[in-house]
Amino acid sequence: MSPAIETLITSYNYWITIFLMVAGLYTVIAKDNMIKKLVGLSLFQTSVYLLYLSPGKILGGTAPIIDPALKVYSNPLPHVLILTAIVVGVATIALGLALVVRINEEYGTIEEDEIFETGTGK
Amino acid sequence: MASVSGENAVTVALTLTEQLPGLQIVVPLMGAIVCAFLRRGNLAWLVATLVTWSLPVISFLLLLEVQESGPISYKMGGWAPPWGIEYRVDQLNAFVLLLVSSVSAVAVPFARKSVAVEIDSDKHCWFYALYLLCLTGLLGMTITGDAFNIFVFMEVSSLAAYILIALGQERLALLSSYQYLIMGTIGATFYVIGIGFLYSLTGTLNLVDMTGRMEMLGLTDAVSPSMLAALAFIFVGISLKLALFPLHAWLPGAYAHAPSFVTVFLAATATKVAVYLLIRFLFSVFPTTAVFSELPMSTILLVLSVAAMFGASIVAIFQDNMKRMLAYSSVAQIGYMTLGIALANQAGLTGGIVHLFNHAITKAALFIAVGAVFYRIHSVRVEDWAGLGRKMPITMAVFALAGLSLIGTPGTAGFITKWNLSLGALEHGYWWLVILIMLSSLLAVVYVGRVIEIVWFRKPVATIDEARSPPMTMMVPLFVFAVAIIWFGLETSMSAGYAADAARFLLGGGGS
Repeated sequence: MSPAIETLITSYNYWITIFLMVAGLYTVIAKDNMIKKLVGLSLFQTSVYLLYLSPGKILGGTAPIIDPALKVYSNPLPHVLILTAIVVGVATIALGLALVVRINEEYGTIEEDEIFETGTGK
Repeated sequence: MASVSGENAVTVALTLTEQLPGLQIVVPLMGAIVCAFLRRGNLAWLVATLVTWSLPVISFLLLLEVQESGPISYKMGGWAPPWGIEYRVDQLNAFVLLLVSSVSAVAVPFARKSVAVEIDSDKHCWFYALYLLCLTGLLGMTITGDAFNIFVFMEVSSLAAYILIALGQERLALLSSYQYLIMGTIGATFYVIGIGFLYSLTGTLNLVDMTGRMEMLGLTDAVSPSMLAALAFIFVGISLKLALFPLHAWLPGAYAHAPSFVTVFLAATATKVAVYLLIRFLFSVFPTTAVFSELPMSTILLVLSVAAMFGASIVAIFQDNMKRMLAYSSVAQIGYMTLGIALANQAGLTGGIVHLFNHAITKAALFIAVGAVFYRIHSVRVEDWAGLGRKMPITMAVFALAGLSLIGTPGTAGFITKWNLSLGALEHGYWWLVILIMLSSLLAVVYVGRVIEIVWFRKPVATIDEARSPPMTMMVPLFVFAVAIIWFGLETSMSAGYAADAARFLLGGGGS
């Protein structure tokens, strides 16, 4: 196997990351349904979790607990960062969904095109 | 006995001075929690006001300390950088901290009456809690020296801002808030992606350490592909947050439909902090010379800034809603700030940084005037304001004065910006840019002049029968901002002086 193809295959984690990232961003832009947009946003954020986590993992590495028997450690910091990012993401999606509920109460629809068609009157 | 307690007091005071960077964040954060537990709106306002008033004191002391003994490094929780989170105050963010805290402190009395009529009374305590959280986030983004911590504070301030905007009276406020949430989250996520690249490159999140390691790895001479990717993501992410021209779509709706006080607060502080972040990353994290000489960074920013100055100003001319008009004007004014970044020389950068301050006081005065009128006549449509100059003369006089500052008339704060920007442009030999700056000011003459004509020279209409001078809590902030606009237009050693210090610090080996 040529080295180029090998690199392509072994860095599959990045392919998944990029796929999720683009799929999420596309959903946010292309969909009119506000819930679907939030789903896309969530996908987009999730891809970033992978982007941080996969370089942090060293194959064969263990949790960073100092022990003479262990030589290779994985970096724990990305996990901690992503825990924070997950919390932020959950808060954002929760707030977004709450806004969609209120929009549905006020406008009777959560399709953006319908809201703009019927006029955005007060 | 007395001497011992005196010594104790001195020790306590000294320890407090050391803790100032921490207090800048902890005080409003605790204030937010206290507000959330107070069930009485007025009491929550009082707490929010006292907390906000304590913040400029802290940031002023920090600024003095920075001027005397250089950048301050504060170990959050006692963990030494680069492992722990470092709060780092230098010439640039000391200025921005003072700007954000003092503008909020002057504006906060306005909230009392304005919020009382615009927000349901059972939500008042939550409103002030969210306001303080948003302020905490903005100050945190400014003071922290840790790239990921910036993201966390960015989201603290943004989430609070989305809710504050959604509290607007019209149902369009919900839609604007939703759109801002989508755009803001994309912006913040782009920023995190960029930081992720920088983290895998350098293995650190501390901004100062990051620069050092880039030098160590030899990344400073040329921009490598992964660094280019990081720069692109961070640039676009922050640009969404600061509403750089083609990415500004969320701003007019958000400003137009938010409650009056929220508009005043966000217009004066939120975008300014995002501009600060852009300056921080371009001039002290990334290798400045490589970014500006190898990449078309200057050209990109220059084109977008000029597009903002003209495009948004022209759109502003055709707005009937006063808040929306001023929001478009904000997009145009952000163009002047980014123009200063694009010029990337001493005078230009001074102009960009001082415009953070000058525009903050100008826009705060304008939006407070609009809020005060809305308080009396419940309309922000410009036709409903005809003849208002006779009923609310002081409010409208301040509006006109701030309008002159927006245009950049000599003697007002806005002139100082345009003077410095023009000097910066001439230094590059861009004489055409000076002409463009003047032409864009003419567009401001049109949209400000239109309102002044309607307000002062037309016959009063029925909608303003009820109008009279606004209450004192609105009058005092209005008056303070009016004095500030004239003061900082004549006496520039405070504003432009500090901005020049910051620019010198950034350009003179502050980072690269």
